Amino acid sequence: MFALLRDRKVRGILFQLLTVIGLVAFLWYIGTNTVHNIEQRGIQTGFGFLNGTAGFAINDTPVAYNETYTHGRVFLVGLLNTLIISFVVIILSTILGLLIGVLRLSNNWLIAKLSSAYIDIFRNIPILLQILFWYNVVLATLPSPRKSIELFGSIFINNRGFYVPKPALNATTISMIIAVFLAVIIIFFLNRWSNKRHERTGQEFPVLFTGIGLIIVLPIIAFFIGGSDMNLSYPVLKGFNFRGGKTFYPEFLALTFALTIYTATFIAEAVRSGIEAVSKGQKEAAASIGLSSYQSLKLVVLPQAIRIAIPPTINQYLNIVKNSSLATAIGYPELVTVFAGTSLNQVGQAIEIISMTMLVYLVVSLAVSALLNWINFKMKIKER
Amino acid sequence: MKSKIAKISMAAIAVIGLSASVANADTLSDTKAQGYLKCGINSGLPGFASADSKGNWSGIDISVCRAVAAAVLGDASKVKFTSLNAKERFTALQSGEIDLLSRNTTWTETRDSSLGLNFAGVNFYDGQGFMVHKSIGVKNAKELNGAAVCVQSGTTTELNLADYFRKNGMKYKLVAYDSNDQVVKGYESGRCDVITSDSSQLYSLRIKLKNPNGSMVLPNIISKEPLGPVVRQGDDKWFNIVKWSYAAMVAAEEAGITSKNVDSMLKSNNPTVKRILGVEGKLGENLGLSKNFAYNIIKQVGNYGEVFDRTVGMNSPLKIKRGLNALWTKGGLQYSPPFR
Repeated sequence: MFALLRDRKVRGILFQLLTVIGLVAFLWYIGTNTVHNIEQRGIQTGFGFLNGTAGFAINDTPVAYNETYTHGRVFLVGLLNTLIISFVVIILSTILGLLIGVLRLSNNWLIAKLSSAYIDIFRNIPILLQILFWYNVVLATLPSPRKSIELFGSIFINNRGFYVPKPALNATTISMIIAVFLAVIIIFFLNRWSNKRHERTGQEFPVLFTGIGLIIVLPIIAFFIGGSDMNLSYPVLKGFNFRGGKTFYPEFLALTFALTIYTATFIAEAVRSGIEAVSKGQKEAAASIGLSSYQSLKLVVLPQAIRIAIPPTINQYLNIVKNSSLATAIGYPELVTVFAGTSLNQVGQAIEIISMTMLVYLVVSLAVSALLNWINFKMKIKER
Repeated sequence: MKSKIAKISMAAIAVIGLSASVANADTLSDTKAQGYLKCGINSGLPGFASADSKGNWSGIDISVCRAVAAAVLGDASKVKFTSLNAKERFTALQSGEIDLLSRNTTWTETRDSSLGLNFAGVNFYDGQGFMVHKSIGVKNAKELNGAAVCVQSGTTTELNLADYFRKNGMKYKLVAYDSNDQVVKGYESGRCDVITSDSSQLYSLRIKLKNPNGSMVLPNIISKEPLGPVVRQGDDKWFNIVKWSYAAMVAAEEAGITSKNVDSMLKSNNPTVKRILGVEGKLGENLGLSKNFAYNIIKQVGNYGEVFDRTVGMNSPLKIKRGLNALWTKGGLQYSPPFR
């Protein structure tokens, strides 16, 4: 019997078996204990509450909602707001991060120092504090609606939000949207064609500038073809506040500013480290075969730098999705605030609601990382 | 060998399984064993629950915690306070992090039934009102169409607000925050025109403002808000203890027993007073407490009227009138079931 225990293989299996049994017993214990306690206290269970009337209002809703809708709808509103804020912050922080990361390596002393000061300051202040700063200090000190800051007679800024004209969905706006899509498709094929031509003949085609031109010019042409009337609805001061137009609420703005500025510092560092990791010899080799400094950056340095910068950037995108839940401190109605907060409090079913919320973050994060891993796989060095 | 592993693991599972059923709630014994009461309170609402510079809590909700501690442990100071926001409170009680929730919580059907809670009485009858900046020139809640309204999220207030505006065909912009402090900040910075809350809270929040005179509470009361102490369902003994600890404070006021005269009242000839104070009969023992539990409460915390005056009434900065909270004999709703 004990001789058997000295057998390394038997011992290995034994310990693994014990671990599995222990884990199962632990989970079983937690499960039964919870069920027992819930039954004893008469707390409702199940997902029936999703069909119950919510009864409370929500400030900023991307889909139709009022207090007569259900808790299921509250879930949808919260989910969409989480996705919207994450998407906006990912785009903005990528642009800002790229810019700061490149500027930090600038030969201009002042620009380089300013960029690194920016990174050091905002990277080292807790994000929650930054959100509260933007909300309670910056945006709250804006004037009241009646004393709004006015831009071009149609944009109004006050402590209730930013009010901008909103285009209606008509022939003009639809044709402009189509034009943007068209421009993107043209740029995609243009890029493929120019790459092929470059490989074949070595001739360069200015895809970047042509692309920017297309994105600007095509919608303008569409604007005139579509009847040049966007039927804008303008914000107008009426009673307590502005009505009409599109409102960006202070909660949304504070969260966007804070998360963008915070996350951009990390992305900037990822970009910088990517560029610096490309060995000096690469640049020298590029120069020695007669490439200009722009060509060397575009054709030699960046393709290698991006490969190194992608994995840490994926992490930052995932952090954005998760950090958006800090909105609960200032009341932006995303998933944690309205569903795992207000709905949970009204129906009291913590286990169901918290599990649903955790599942959402898990699924969203896994989806983001799957997408970017695929890009990473496409970008990495093809070993032949 | 296999069978031995099986035996050991079966035994382990059995032990764990047993402990699951041992986890059965007996809050009274648990509280006595640990030597203090775990009470959930508001994190800061003058008159209801607020801490002074030395960290001593006081307020009408705090008094309920202290009364239960005096009844169970004989010492009103043996309370461990946990401050909770509106969203956290029920989960904290359900999960056993606290054993008593005394946090200006409205008694509603949903909370009583599907949340698995029991309300042990009403220590403050309240109603929801509105507070506005005087500068916007609104005199009545019916004029609030289109206003931005600050509210604490996860409260009955939020639901009443939606009902009221819908009933009156008015629109509003909701600005909901987790904590009362953020609600006040939002109101002061002008993020919203109006705060809505239980009217007693509005008076208490108004004191916190930088310029209290710049704001006024509108005359409209739009809801019933019976606030009271809450316990978990499923422990009837504990429910009774909290219910009768609170009732003892009201009964003491009805019988004219105060913290000052309670010792001389021990010699009273009045049979009601004798029963309340445990001189006659064994009322407290049936609850699982000592005979003199009510004596301890009255001596250490005071009767309901004393507590009310000291915390929210005329002897406090809030100066709230007794109104609905007067004794039933004086036109109010406070009423204790008989001690017999």
